[in-house]
Amino acid sequence: MAAPTLEIKTLGLGLRLSSKGASNRLTNRSLRILFTRASRCKTTSTMLRPRLSKDSSAWESVIGLELHAQIASKSKLFSASKVQFMAPPNSLVSHFDAALPGTLPVLNKRCVEAGVITAIALSCHINKRSLFDRKHYFYADLPSGYQITQQRVPIATDGQLTFTLFDEKRRHDPTRHRVRIKQIQLEQDSGKSLHDDVNHETLVDLNRAGVGLMEIVTEPDLSSALEAAAMVRELQLILQCIGTCDGRMDQGSLRVDANVSVNRPGDPPGVRAEIKNINSIRFVKNAIDFEIARQTELLENGMEVSAETRSYDLKLGETVPMRDKEGKQDYRFMPEPNLPPLILYDNATIHTASDARSVVNIDEVRGRLPELPEAKRQRLVKDYGIRLDSAVKLVNEDGLVNFFEAVISEDRERDPKKVVNWLETELLKSLNDHDLPVFKSPMDPTKLGELHDLMTKGAISANIGKKLMAEIFQGDSRPITQIINEKGWAQITDRQELNQLCEQVLKKDQALVDSYKSGNTRVINRLMGEVQKMTQGRADPVITRDILTDKMTR
Amino acid sequence: MYHLVMSRRILSSCILVLQATNQRLCSSNGGLHPKEPVIDEQTIQRLERLALVDFNNVAGIQRLTEAIKLADQIQMVDTTGVEPLDSVLEDRTLYLREDEVTEGNCAEEILQNAAKTCEEYFVAPPGNIPLPPKPVARYDGHQSDEQDCS
Repeated sequence: MAAPTLEIKTLGLGLRLSSKGASNRLTNRSLRILFTRASRCKTTSTMLRPRLSKDSSAWESVIGLELHAQIASKSKLFSASKVQFMAPPNSLVSHFDAALPGTLPVLNKRCVEAGVITAIALSCHINKRSLFDRKHYFYADLPSGYQITQQRVPIATDGQLTFTLFDEKRRHDPTRHRVRIKQIQLEQDSGKSLHDDVNHETLVDLNRAGVGLMEIVTEPDLSSALEAAAMVRELQLILQCIGTCDGRMDQGSLRVDANVSVNRPGDPPGVRAEIKNINSIRFVKNAIDFEIARQTELLENGMEVSAETRSYDLKLGETVPMRDKEGKQDYRFMPEPNLPPLILYDNATIHTASDARSVVNIDEVRGRLPELPEAKRQRLVKDYGIRLDSAVKLVNEDGLVNFFEAVISEDRERDPKKVVNWLETELLKSLNDHDLPVFKSPMDPTKLGELHDLMTKGAISANIGKKLMAEIFQGDSRPITQIINEKGWAQITDRQELNQLCEQVLKKDQALVDSYKSGNTRVINRLMGEVQKMTQGRADPVITRDILTDKMTR
Repeated sequence: MYHLVMSRRILSSCILVLQATNQRLCSSNGGLHPKEPVIDEQTIQRLERLALVDFNNVAGIQRLTEAIKLADQIQMVDTTGVEPLDSVLEDRTLYLREDEVTEGNCAEEILQNAAKTCEEYFVAPPGNIPLPPKPVARYDGHQSDEQDCS
């Protein structure tokens, strides 16, 4: 019989504590965790402006996200002008993008494929027949006065995304969450407006106008800012993995709008406010946290939350009402008359297509789907026996999994756990210090494998290993063995030599020896430190410790 | 003679079809023409704001009323079970273009019709400027608010 579990969903924190065997009793430990967590939550909220009353933990929050992912294609959705992040203003604009009369939209095949691959990766139901519509509103960066989108029948519906939420302090087990994806639709991006407040005018650049976007709408299944941030991160990894979007929130390739509302447990969801244009994962968490706190404070003081659109001001760390929003918009949706329905085929129906090469075959696209991040993590844990959070770190860094697998495949004797450890700590640290991505690392898998082997065999100590890493990252391209020889960094493993060194250290610091003998065994670390200083870090730590302990306990 | 008999039979069957169609056509609204639409002040102001079309004068409102009356005739037809047609292209194949860059790089051309530009940017007002509220012309034959078609 399975041990009975008690699940407490801590409100607004998205954690599930399971207290096995406690039946209906709250154990002291789980109670303590619950309250320290809740109080920590309160501490962070009091750092923000709104002041919360004592029972702030009696509110639930409901969050839904709308993400706009720019499709990684060479040309735009309905025109053949280039897609590029930075370019001279209005240089990537065709006549259609500028909405000049007489131009017509022509759909980009790559964008359709991108939509289909994304839908498959998110386990969506794909509509074999989808329609395009016009959404009308006036703004300077929308030259035609309407955006071509898919409002009635989008390309995909009813999917899901699962992700794991890790507790940063490692006190609780990671929790799995599932968010339902309401729909994925293809639509056009608008141009960019630069507001010049000095001259009271707006400068408009249409380079971005017409770029293909996938709008991914989730159901309001999220219940905390942390969950939302984790979900966005997982989606970012998936999109980067399948290559449909580079996921760079800092460049605007991935934009998040959050719909947030709070309610008391048991009540239906409250009035929701929309936070637009969040452009980093950290801000996703901060903005939603702030908004939940703001709404909670309003409701606790008997005021109402207004259904408005807000934006996140990163300087203030707050959400502020957005300017230029004119009440409830009527978008006057109408079918796009210039585009027939988009028909997608699969292996069963491809023979009915007039030209099999110029249509999108869902099954063919599905065959090209690469290994998704979650599958990759599970495989790494299973095949190499590493921990799940190590697998998470590997998958998190672009190119690191390939690096790791290359090191292991060169020499199957290498212990994956030790290799992963070195990658997670030293390699990532060096890469970060020099601001390099994995594929630009001066240390390639072969060299790292060599270094790892030298350390495992005892030819050099871990300290020297770190020094070597630093050397190589500084630009030293000599072979490792050459550096070791020339710098005299080989590890001292000769017992006699170490014996002499230890004797010297012990003679110098009689006080420490006495301290050790009187029971303070931790001073051995200081003695070790002395030995390492004398040998520039070359002493074999295991043997040295052994000798020191031996000498002092005699 | 034979032709006459044939054509009479065809004629009578045509009449039967027409009568049947007429029955179907007039069934949903009881065969009555829909009522004359009345457009109120709020609707006119809202439509002007949404579509940015200046029709707030007697002639404009009259034309809109006629247009709605024309379109309303569809309510006389029984459309149960009939899918709306939104494009005569619905049976055509949607052509998918290969992902190649063949357009763009013509900033000068794009900007040449703009009223105001600044260093290759279009210059626009700082935000949407709301329409000034205007009194709505009365379409009741009074002719009091005279034309100011701008």
